[in-house]
Amino acid sequence: MRSLVLLAVFIMPVMSLASEGTWSGNVALEWRDFLQSPLAGEQQGDSMSLSFQPEYYRQWNNGQQAFRFTPFVRIDGKDQERSHLDLRELSWTYVSEEWELLAGVSKVYWGVAESLHLVDIINQTDLVENPDGEEKLGQPMIKLTLVRDWGDLDLFILPGFRERTFPGRRGRLRTQVPASNGDADYASSAGREHIDVAARWRKTLGDWDIGLSHFSGTARQPLFREGTNSAGRSVLIPVYDTIDQTGLDVQATKGDWLWKLEAISRSGQGERFSAAVGGFEYTLYGIFDSGADLGLLTEYLYDERGNAATTPFEDDVFIGARLAMNDVASSELLAGVITDLSNGSQAYNLEASRRFGQHWKLNLEARLFSNINAKDLLAAQRNDDYVQLELAYYF
Amino acid sequence: MHRIFVLLLSLVLSELVLAQTPEQQGLEIAQEGDRRDSGFVDSRADLTMLLKNRHGDESLRHIRIRTLEVEGDGDKSMSIFDKPFDVKGTAFLSYSHKTGSDDQWLYLPALKRVKRIASRNKSGSFMGSEFAYEDISSQEVEKYTYKYLRDEACGERECFVIERYPVDEYSGYTRQVAWIDKQEYRPAKIIFYDRKNALLKTLVYNNYNQYLGRYWRAEKMFMENHQTGKSTLLTWTNYKFANAFTDRDFDRNSLKRAR
Repeated sequence: MRSLVLLAVFIMPVMSLASEGTWSGNVALEWRDFLQSPLAGEQQGDSMSLSFQPEYYRQWNNGQQAFRFTPFVRIDGKDQERSHLDLRELSWTYVSEEWELLAGVSKVYWGVAESLHLVDIINQTDLVENPDGEEKLGQPMIKLTLVRDWGDLDLFILPGFRERTFPGRRGRLRTQVPASNGDADYASSAGREHIDVAARWRKTLGDWDIGLSHFSGTARQPLFREGTNSAGRSVLIPVYDTIDQTGLDVQATKGDWLWKLEAISRSGQGERFSAAVGGFEYTLYGIFDSGADLGLLTEYLYDERGNAATTPFEDDVFIGARLAMNDVASSELLAGVITDLSNGSQAYNLEASRRFGQHWKLNLEARLFSNINAKDLLAAQRNDDYVQLELAYYF
Repeated sequence: MHRIFVLLLSLVLSELVLAQTPEQQGLEIAQEGDRRDSGFVDSRADLTMLLKNRHGDESLRHIRIRTLEVEGDGDKSMSIFDKPFDVKGTAFLSYSHKTGSDDQWLYLPALKRVKRIASRNKSGSFMGSEFAYEDISSQEVEKYTYKYLRDEACGERECFVIERYPVDEYSGYTRQVAWIDKQEYRPAKIIFYDRKNALLKTLVYNNYNQYLGRYWRAEKMFMENHQTGKSTLLTWTNYKFANAFTDRDFDRNSLKRAR
């Protein structure tokens, strides 16, 4: 709701600028087909949903200053918690020769790995959007970037915490007891008003791209305690600790090989622990005498906490392939499987896309869970295999 | 007396030319072309790509390209995609080098992610077109060895015909035959032979315009693939030089705000 208010406050000045900037964006119709009946009777089956993400952009002073406004809305036919509105971006940027300043709501991405995004911590995950965790909520921030010979240094002040979104009681791809949206506990007495800070240094040294980051503030990833909501039903209450997390991300680009590593060390959420994900992407070009490229990916996922980890990926291997047809329709396919080495649980993932004409794009997504161990964190989703088709119109 | 001296000199010079191997001649033609095109500092232009398959189906791409000349190395370039609409905001940054692999980054606006990408794939298609990455990247003298073949008329002009051989073992070509305008040292036509030395593509340059009173840029570049029947027509418009670009306009931060 807060984002709704924000929207209303900012939409007026935006509209007055609108004549001088450009609008772009997309509207998409999504259809999800769940292949098995749900574990809990109240959970719904197949669903249709509609999303809309316009973007307004305007720059002036020869690109030295820019304004960007990107609201997002989804209306879901089955899960009312998945119907939501967010302000992905509402930012002003100032660029000079030695520094850049961004103020407002924005998105920031850190990291290099494909199967898990460990280092990336600035934005909260919009989990109802996609269980892969790649969709993010807009984060209020002031970001100062210093551009120097010794690298780029990003300094962040992050006021206003965003809670993770969770599927509702009737939704799929949720925990066994649904997590609550709206009720949350905070370790800090300031609650969601706690002001987080972060810094990241980044530099390219020949074939190497290196990033070193530190975040101090409210954890994006919650722990849970059992509780009841206002309607008296049992729910999982998210608990957001105050943490310190140091992260490293490195990529070495060596010919057809990309070597990748992300590692973090976090304190404040129980005992200090480390976690890492690393591996390679090797690309075969022009396979079968065609223009298509085939990338082979392998990554190992590690979490020092082992079975006590808050992610299902504590001792897992990801193996995948990326096929890019390099054709007029930009046909692409990414398929992979993450296998838990200690209990054998497997999560399969497939993403494919193809463009039609100048405006249309068809996206296919499938996630299958196989041999899921009862103790694995994915256990509650073991019947949530789904195939998803999305038809998007871009403008 | 003066006239005799000129006569003698021209005799000596023609002897020198005759003494040159075809390889030296070819290299000198390439070097002269490079010399005439150097010093442009920076440029920007809008590029339209019209892709056609053998059935006549058409597809359009709109890209804006900025280039910064780098002293002693290959150019830096930034490509910003406007159409098709699903790739709007995607940006491609490339630091080309005279020798070895280029450095390349891709910005994906949906995830706000900057990806360093492998650049050995020189022969791959650029945006599904008939142009390979190596066809559109900065043409440095060091990227080829050369051989002069002959002089020949090219349209209403006279051309040198030279053959050039890619130095990079990952190039998609064994050789290219290029027609170079004798007066302006600009390419008129290039024929590409694939790795099996079979005829692959023909590129024709048309509608040359001169900028800053010195630099020639073709408005039309038509590439035809003889093996697939597909073609791509590049149309360059709104060329602008002296933009006062700096390295900051070609760094990773600039990728994220390239609009």
